[in-house]
Amino acid sequence: MSLHTLSLKRLAAGLRAREFSSVELTRLLLARIEAHQPQLNALISQTGPSAMQAAAAADGLLARGGGGPLTGIPLVHKDIFCTEGVRTTCASRMLDNFVAPYDATVVAKLKAEGMVMLGKTNMDEFAMGSSNETSFYGPVRNPWNLKRVPGGSSGGSAAAVAARLAPFASATDTGGSIRQPAALCGVTGFKPTYGRVSRYGMIAFASSLDQGGTLTVSAEDAALVLRAMAGFDPRDSTSVEQPVPDYVAGLDQPLSGMKIGLVREFFEKGLDPDNERCVRAALRVYEKLGAKLLEVSLPNLALSVPAYYVVAPAECSSNLARFDGVRFGHRAKDPKDLMDLYKRSRGEGFGAEVKRRIMTGTYVLSAGYYDAFYIKAQKVRRLIANEFEQAFTQVDVLMGPTTPTAAFELGSKTADPITMYLNDIYTIGANLAGLPAMSIPCGFSQDLPLGLQLIGRHFAEGRLLSAAHAYQRETDWHTRVPPGYE
Amino acid sequence: MTPEQIASIAHLARLAIDEAELPRYQESLASILSFVGDLERAQTQEVSPMAHPLTGLVQRLRPDVVTETDAHELYQANAPQVAAGLYLVPKVIE
Repeated sequence: MSLHTLSLKRLAAGLRAREFSSVELTRLLLARIEAHQPQLNALISQTGPSAMQAAAAADGLLARGGGGPLTGIPLVHKDIFCTEGVRTTCASRMLDNFVAPYDATVVAKLKAEGMVMLGKTNMDEFAMGSSNETSFYGPVRNPWNLKRVPGGSSGGSAAAVAARLAPFASATDTGGSIRQPAALCGVTGFKPTYGRVSRYGMIAFASSLDQGGTLTVSAEDAALVLRAMAGFDPRDSTSVEQPVPDYVAGLDQPLSGMKIGLVREFFEKGLDPDNERCVRAALRVYEKLGAKLLEVSLPNLALSVPAYYVVAPAECSSNLARFDGVRFGHRAKDPKDLMDLYKRSRGEGFGAEVKRRIMTGTYVLSAGYYDAFYIKAQKVRRLIANEFEQAFTQVDVLMGPTTPTAAFELGSKTADPITMYLNDIYTIGANLAGLPAMSIPCGFSQDLPLGLQLIGRHFAEGRLLSAAHAYQRETDWHTRVPPGYE
Repeated sequence: MTPEQIASIAHLARLAIDEAELPRYQESLASILSFVGDLERAQTQEVSPMAHPLTGLVQRLRPDVVTETDAHELYQANAPQVAAGLYLVPKVIE
């Protein structure tokens, strides 16, 4: 039995039935990480020794009849989540030497469940990127084709799950950073409603958009982890006080009568014909399962990328002001005065894309431009959110492609920022409106995976997960393993 | 965007940018600003700005009691330069 290809659900059952131990499973996955890390570069830090201790503790708990459904299951955390006593870099030179003094709420919750951390995953620097090429630690490579990007910013997390190095990876999504890499790596990526998962200890990029979520093989596995990750946290002032339903118990709700909205604007220019073909085939599966398809229009959706590239840089320039070379992070050598200390520490510590976004944000927030750019973008954000709200009076779930194309070649889009930004054209809308959304594998284009995107109403995570689960019971795209990683 | 404008934004953002790199930022910022200039197309006369994705929520308050313990030694372990429990910076007042 090759444990690494089993679903998280199946692994949990096996651990509980003592078919294998967490120590065995952890040792196997650590060996896989060691074997594949040189090609994939999916991790920034590996935590083998503490993983083995945590696995042994989980085995002890299970042997005594204790523990929960996730006890002993290995995971990797995106290196944006603070992990107490473990280096937390956000893939930036700025935080190369930063050891987090506390756990993020997401990390603490999954640790309390008895999950075992194998390491921290590579990502775009401060989550700013769509290809994982802005990482200070070098790009991650796509397990389906090592010349291709895994997507970003959660590229290491998506590649790790696709390569079966861990059954679950945490991730964050500000403009598509969970869904886009999920699509390009052929795994299931889930971004909950804004405020559903605590942002405490998750290094901030754009605070009104950032949301933590999951990368797993299946929607069923996502439901298992999300149930433990989600929930109110008094330490996050934008955390929502709403009870978390049992997503696992709700997985089997029937699809019959569900209304699916096809967003007309998602199928216009720019969509690769192979993506369109796979998405349309997936929609026929939903029709067969009893769902009704309706076309809806979100006329201002085309403005979501421009609105995002004002709002997100504005919030980023404010959030990243905390990196000053004084309290933590990189400090320039021999500063001649305080101003020189600030400027050179930040100039040396941040990479080019982060600097570009800080400067864009500084500009759109500056006197004379604030109304024309920042307020205007916030108004367009409202228009887009209103259009989603209107669409959800007619349909239960919106569907379409996650990305315009399959994974592109490393280096092919780094020259022009706008070309790179347009990768997130289908995903950004859900962030602007704070809606839950996910990507599930729905086919291949020239041996590269493609994703179907599902967007739901606020707090309708359960509806999305059950819709995805129904599809995954009919199809096997999500179970495909990249050649060489079986 | 002139090189002077780029230098001024970099100063406001407290970023040291090499002179040689200025043209690169000048070009990419100009293209980003022209791209986001598309927002002008949208009709927004009667629209109120949206700062937060969940409307109707109010800022939560908590009782004004101490919840944090003193952990400055732990936090200062990450600081580049510390002495006697204080963060050190170059001389500010002559």
